[in-house]
Amino acid sequence: MAKSLAELKAIREKKLNEINLRHGKDGYRVVVGMATCGIAAGARPVMVKLMEEVEAKNLVDVTVAQTGCIGSCRLEPIVEVYDGNNDKVTYVHMNAEKVARVVAEHLAQGKIVDEYTMTVVDGKLIDPTVKG
Amino acid sequence: MKELSLHILDITQNSIRAQAKLVELFIVESTANNELTIIIKDNGCGIPADRLENITDPFVTTRTTRKVGLGLSLFKAAAEGCGGYFEISSTQGVGTKVVASFKRDHIDRVPLGNMADTILTMVMSFGAADLIYEHDYNNQLFVFNTQEIKATLEVESLNEPDILNWIREYVSEGLKEIQEMMEEALWQSP
Repeated sequence: MAKSLAELKAIREKKLNEINLRHGKDGYRVVVGMATCGIAAGARPVMVKLMEEVEAKNLVDVTVAQTGCIGSCRLEPIVEVYDGNNDKVTYVHMNAEKVARVVAEHLAQGKIVDEYTMTVVDGKLIDPTVKG
Repeated sequence: MKELSLHILDITQNSIRAQAKLVELFIVESTANNELTIIIKDNGCGIPADRLENITDPFVTTRTTRKVGLGLSLFKAAAEGCGGYFEISSTQGVGTKVVASFKRDHIDRVPLGNMADTILTMVMSFGAADLIYEHDYNNQLFVFNTQEIKATLEVESLNEPDILNWIREYVSEGLKEIQEMMEEALWQSP
């Protein structure tokens, strides 16, 4: 086998310090809906892209997790972003390209990407943040 | 579902919701037997006998967020539509086992698809639960075991980007290797 566990261990040791930082309480928590509806709609590439972008941008205080059916199957893939106060922004109809923008703007700079949220009603934006 | 690997990802999410500590995934591909079989086994809470009877009925689900449950129904329909079979057995407090078998060359059989991304996504969603994945491709075996990785790295969860990246490459290369070994063996045989 070309790849060995020893090699992984070496990579880990180099990165150990920054990994301790990853669990800071002020960081974003990103949740992807991963029930049958989400998976059929394309949640897997969304999840993979999130992982890639978070690593590429070295966002040490972001955690990525999954949840079951959020209840709005027609809006899948759904990505929820929780901030340090547990306030939530919900992104709908996501794909890999949209994820890249959410990571670059929301997770890296704190700027919500309004047009991907579910809060544009009749062309008018209502506050996309739901208080925790 | 466009890939069998997406069904696999979906069904293993049931295991996690059933509080499984260990999920075992076996994939057997045999050209000689014209067979592709997927077995998913967990040690979760299990399914009561009265629910097991109609578990693949799309209008049966334990969830409260919606009234349909499609995961097992779709997986069963996929297998049966490809000249194969589907079985589910479960014991409460012990675990659940799902078997879906396909005629490998059936025209309606969707590709297995991207197993590396499915394993990666499973690991991201598994938390403390473990995964053993064995893939037998014409008698060439690939094995992936999260217990081993956790023990070597001395960590509880593998949900870290550097570990996940390594896992993705490890699975992708491992699966490629067993397929290449098989092809080489074919070339060398008289």
